[in-house]
Amino acid sequence: MTIKNDIVIQANALTCAYGTSVILDNINFEVRRGEVFIILGGSGCGKSTLLKHLIGLYQPAGGSIKIIDQDLVHANQQEHRRILKNIGVMYQSGALFGSMSLLENVRLPLEEHTALDIHAMNLIAHMKLSLVGLGNFTKHYPSEVSGGMQKRAAIARAMALDPEVLFLDEPSAGLDPITSSELDALIRRLAESLGITFVIVSHELASIFAIADRVIMLDAETKGIIADGPPVTLQQSHSNATVREFFNRGKHNNITQVED
Amino acid sequence: MPSFRNSPPPSLEFVDETTDSITLVFKGELRTESVSKVWGKARKKASSRLISTVIIDVHNINYCDGTGIAMLADLLLEAQRRTNVDITLEGLKEDFQQLLDQFDLKHFKPEPDSNAKPIPVTEEVGLTASQFLQDLKELISFVGEAFYSLWIALKHPSTIRWKDMLLTIERAGVNALPIVCLICFLMGLIMAFQSAIPLKQFAAELFIADLVSVAMLRELGPLMTAILLAGRSGSAFAAEIGTMKVNEEVNALQTMGIDPVRFLTIPRIIASIIVTPLLTLFANFMGLVGGWVVYISLGFPTIVYINQIKSAVTLTDLWGGLFKAGVFGLLVAGIGCFRGMQTSMGASAVGQSTTRAVVSGIVLIVMADGLFSVIYYILGL
Ligand SMILES: Nc1ncnc2c1ncn2[C@@H]1O[C@H](COP(=O)(O)OP(=O)(O)OP(=O)(O)O)[C@@H](O)[C@H]1O
Ligand SMILES: [Mg+2]
Repeated sequence: MTIKNDIVIQANALTCAYGTSVILDNINFEVRRGEVFIILGGSGCGKSTLLKHLIGLYQPAGGSIKIIDQDLVHANQQEHRRILKNIGVMYQSGALFGSMSLLENVRLPLEEHTALDIHAMNLIAHMKLSLVGLGNFTKHYPSEVSGGMQKRAAIARAMALDPEVLFLDEPSAGLDPITSSELDALIRRLAESLGITFVIVSHELASIFAIADRVIMLDAETKGIIADGPPVTLQQSHSNATVREFFNRGKHNNITQVED
Repeated sequence: MPSFRNSPPPSLEFVDETTDSITLVFKGELRTESVSKVWGKARKKASSRLISTVIIDVHNINYCDGTGIAMLADLLLEAQRRTNVDITLEGLKEDFQQLLDQFDLKHFKPEPDSNAKPIPVTEEVGLTASQFLQDLKELISFVGEAFYSLWIALKHPSTIRWKDMLLTIERAGVNALPIVCLICFLMGLIMAFQSAIPLKQFAAELFIADLVSVAMLRELGPLMTAILLAGRSGSAFAAEIGTMKVNEEVNALQTMGIDPVRFLTIPRIIASIIVTPLLTLFANFMGLVGGWVVYISLGFPTIVYINQIKSAVTLTDLWGGLFKAGVFGLLVAGIGCFRGMQTSMGASAVGQSTTRAVVSGIVLIVMADGLFSVIYYILGL
């Protein structure tokens, strides 16, 4: 089912800036269908910024982004809506709607984008929530569940429409190791059986080795990509000191993950 | 490959249909955007009372996303809703079977379609009453806490956050000046204009000056300023503190050993007490200017207006009004901060406490004004 040679996201000479302060300068990469693509880098190097540009929240200062065969930068409103329907996003902060229960949060995109009846939508929302282990918390409000649970509910909401591409900003931050590895397994399963593409910002070395097909590493100093490839390759042989440092600091803790 | 999603909708056929059994044959791709076309039909068949054997045939399904899985689960769950039915799923591809196996259908309790059952009236009344009492209790304890903090702060002025206070003075005071001036100018103007006609019948237009000056200085100047302050700044205080509460910033203050009441409310309350009388001065003046416009347009010279005012009001009237304004400022800021502190969790909570800050601010102002009238009357002011 997985068609790995088909390009879903292509960034060409992409420059991201807030006003006059350039965060990322002239970067190029592409993401293939069914790939789990991880964006790495130190805090404040622009990972969230890149993600927000990829989903069209901000206009790039230069270059182009193609996503699911559509030019994101020059898309008209209708095309843009079509793109948005086919992507799911989980923000770093969760961004659940506080006035809605978890079930209603997950149901919202279904209400807006599908013709399903309420019974079907409830069932789907409930199933998505139980996928992330929240099947018993459907009636709770975001303020009534823990930070990690909010995060998981946000992932469930991002998956509500079964999008082709899922963008997750630090999905495993704040999760315990068991929940985090369950989430990893879920991501792998969805990528393999449904060909869903994942673009994930993550710092967790264990999880990166477990799920990533490809990793890019951003750097605040050069404002560009300093490493690009499968994690194991980067760890074993990379010329850049920062990259080696990043992967080797984790090496002491993650020997087992690396080997299997 | 063209866009991934432009696939035809799935098809559903009913075969081997007898009175008590049926086979549902799905073909094509089960995807979020097109599944709704077959879902309802399939459920209707499967849940028909007469049928006791349902076979779901998905040999020819070559793609099935999460929504498709949900539909299959929904059909299988039918066996749970009705005990006398036997449902089997045939030919689901291994990849998709895995997705379905993630759900423990035996223990899956479907969501009820309607969420809340209505609360009986008696219960509602009781709830509201007890909420009101609770609210009153909290208000009283907040007043105690605020006065205590205020007292401590005045005893040790170095603990007051003067920078915050000055900022509040600017935002609640200086920035409110234009609207206060405009409203009170119009009030004076309208009051003078409306009273000109009846007073003219008695040839008493001269006394417009008395009316405007007494009304503005004693009542309307302080009252209008306070109401504007409640709308502008009381709500802003509630929103600012409420947002901090929601973001757990108030908790952060507490764990740093900083008393949130002292830190957040005292600067605002002091600023408001200072600023309201000052604004009231401007309000009074602009009200008089409004009256003056009508006065001269009736043909009286300015000096008459001034002399008339001098004989109508005393300095006591002015001071009385300004004192009232100070108390109103205390009430508005206090209730604004109180509602902010009361904010519960959630995004709509901030909006709620903002609304409540304005409403209870205005109620308190009017009540206090009534009280002042009685007190001033008794004191003979
Ligand atoms: N709205 C904004 N306006 C101006 N600058 C911003 C804005 N958002 C982020 N930045 C700047 O962009 C840079 C990158 O921020 P970004 O949030 O992308 O970091 P990050 O890589 O996601 O970090 P973290 O791992 O801590 O989440 C930072 O220097 C930040 O100061
Ligand atoms: Mg970030």
